[in-house]
Amino acid sequence: MRKYLLLAAGVVATPAAAGTVTVTIPQVKVAEYHRPYVAAWIEPAGGGAARTIAVWYDVKKGGAEPGTKWLSDLRTWWRKGGRSLKLPANGVSGATRAPGAHRITLPNDLKPGSYVLSVEAARENGGRELVTVPLTVPVKRASATGSKELGAVTITVR
Amino acid sequence: MKKTILLAIAAGFTLASQAQAHDAWLLPSTTVLSDTTQWVTVDAGMSTGPFISNHAAMGVDGIQVQAPDGSMGAIENVARTRYRTVFDVKIDKPGTWRIGTNANSVSGTFTVDGERWRVGRGRPGMAGNFVATADEIPANATDIELVQTSSRNEFFVTAGEPTESAFAPTNSGLEMVPVTLPTDLVANEPGQFRFLIDGQPAAGLSVTVIPNGQRFHETDHAQELTTDADGVVTVSWPVAGFYWLNTTATDNKPSDARAKERRMSYTATLEVAAP
Repeated sequence: MRKYLLLAAGVVATPAAAGTVTVTIPQVKVAEYHRPYVAAWIEPAGGGAARTIAVWYDVKKGGAEPGTKWLSDLRTWWRKGGRSLKLPANGVSGATRAPGAHRITLPNDLKPGSYVLSVEAARENGGRELVTVPLTVPVKRASATGSKELGAVTITVR
Repeated sequence: MKKTILLAIAAGFTLASQAQAHDAWLLPSTTVLSDTTQWVTVDAGMSTGPFISNHAAMGVDGIQVQAPDGSMGAIENVARTRYRTVFDVKIDKPGTWRIGTNANSVSGTFTVDGERWRVGRGRPGMAGNFVATADEIPANATDIELVQTSSRNEFFVTAGEPTESAFAPTNSGLEMVPVTLPTDLVANEPGQFRFLIDGQPAAGLSVTVIPNGQRFHETDHAQELTTDADGVVTVSWPVAGFYWLNTTATDNKPSDARAKERRMSYTATLEVAAP
C-alpha cells in the first residue's frame, strides 16, 4: 500500500484527489457529555457506491455492549455502506474525537469528477446530524456547516 | 340446547366482526441492528388503531421466527398483559429476519341430524357443537358453509447487511415481496412493495398505510393506495417512524373445495428512518 502511494506520487507529482477534509466537532454544554460517533464518506454525485473515509467510534469497548453496537445510530452511513464495512478498518476507523477540528485525508485514487462528501455525527444523550458538501476532483475548496452536532466541514486542497 | 347453539353462533359472528374492527399489530423496538449480540423486544396487540394498547393482547402462539439462514428462531420472555403481549427475539445471526404469524384456517358451519355444528376453535366455555378442523366434518353432514381465512402479519429485522432469503415467496395465498428492502426505508424516498396471490402479481389491491402516533394527530393520516398492474404499491412516507401496512383480498379459490371463498389478509410493520 505504502509502496503504491509512493509510486503514484512519483508518477503524478500531485494526485488530482489530493485534498483534506476538516471536520469540526463542536463544544456542547451539557451535564453528561459523550464524544459523538462520526462517519465520513464519499459518493459519486450521479449515484454509486459509498466509500467510507473515516469512522470514529468506541473502538475499545467490548463486553455485552461493544462499541460497535451503536454504529447503526449513524443511520444514513449505516445504510449507505457502513454495515458492509469490516471493522476495525485500517486507515478508516479510529477512536472518538474530542471537540475541535480534525483532519481526514482524501483518498489519492479518486477519479476526476463530481462527488458528495457526507459527514454524520450521533451522540449519546444527544442528537444526530448529517452534513453534506459537494466535492470535485481535482479538489476545490468547499465547505458546509452543521447546526448542533457538527461544526464546519471544509474541503481544502492539500 | 338449540338456544345455546344460536347464542354461540351469534357470539361467533360478534367475534368475526370484532376481528375486523380491531386490527392486530406487532411493534418491534427496532428493525436495524449493528451486530448479532442484541435482542428485539416486541409489543403485540389488537385495537381499532394500530400500535395503541387499549383493547386486547394478541395471542403469540403462532409467531414464527425465520432466521436469515432459513432456520427457525424462537420467541422468549413472553408476557401477556391486559392490552398487549410482549416478547423478545434474540437476533443472533447476520442478515434479514422475518418475524410474524401466518395463519390459515377453514371455518364455518354444517348440519348433522338436524343439529348445527361449527368448524373451528370455540372460545373456552363456549356452548355448542364444535369440530376443530374441516377434515372432521362427517360424511353425512349437510348445509356445509365454509370460508377459508388466511392472514400474515409480520415485520423484518436486519442485523448487519440485509439478505434476501426472508422474502422468498411460498406462492401460496397473499404475500408481499419487497422491491425496497423493508429495513432500508427512509422518509424522503418512496417505498415499493409487490403483492402476490398464489405467486401471481395482485393488481388493483387496496393497501392501507397508517403511521404510528395517531393519538397525537387530528386524523390517523391513513393512506389508501392501490397496487399497479405488477402488483406493486408505491408508498410515500409523510414522517419517519413505524408504519402499519395492510391489505386484504377475497377470491373463490379456497384450498378446501367445499369452502365458498378465501379471505386473505396481509399486514406488515415497517420502520422508516429519518433521512
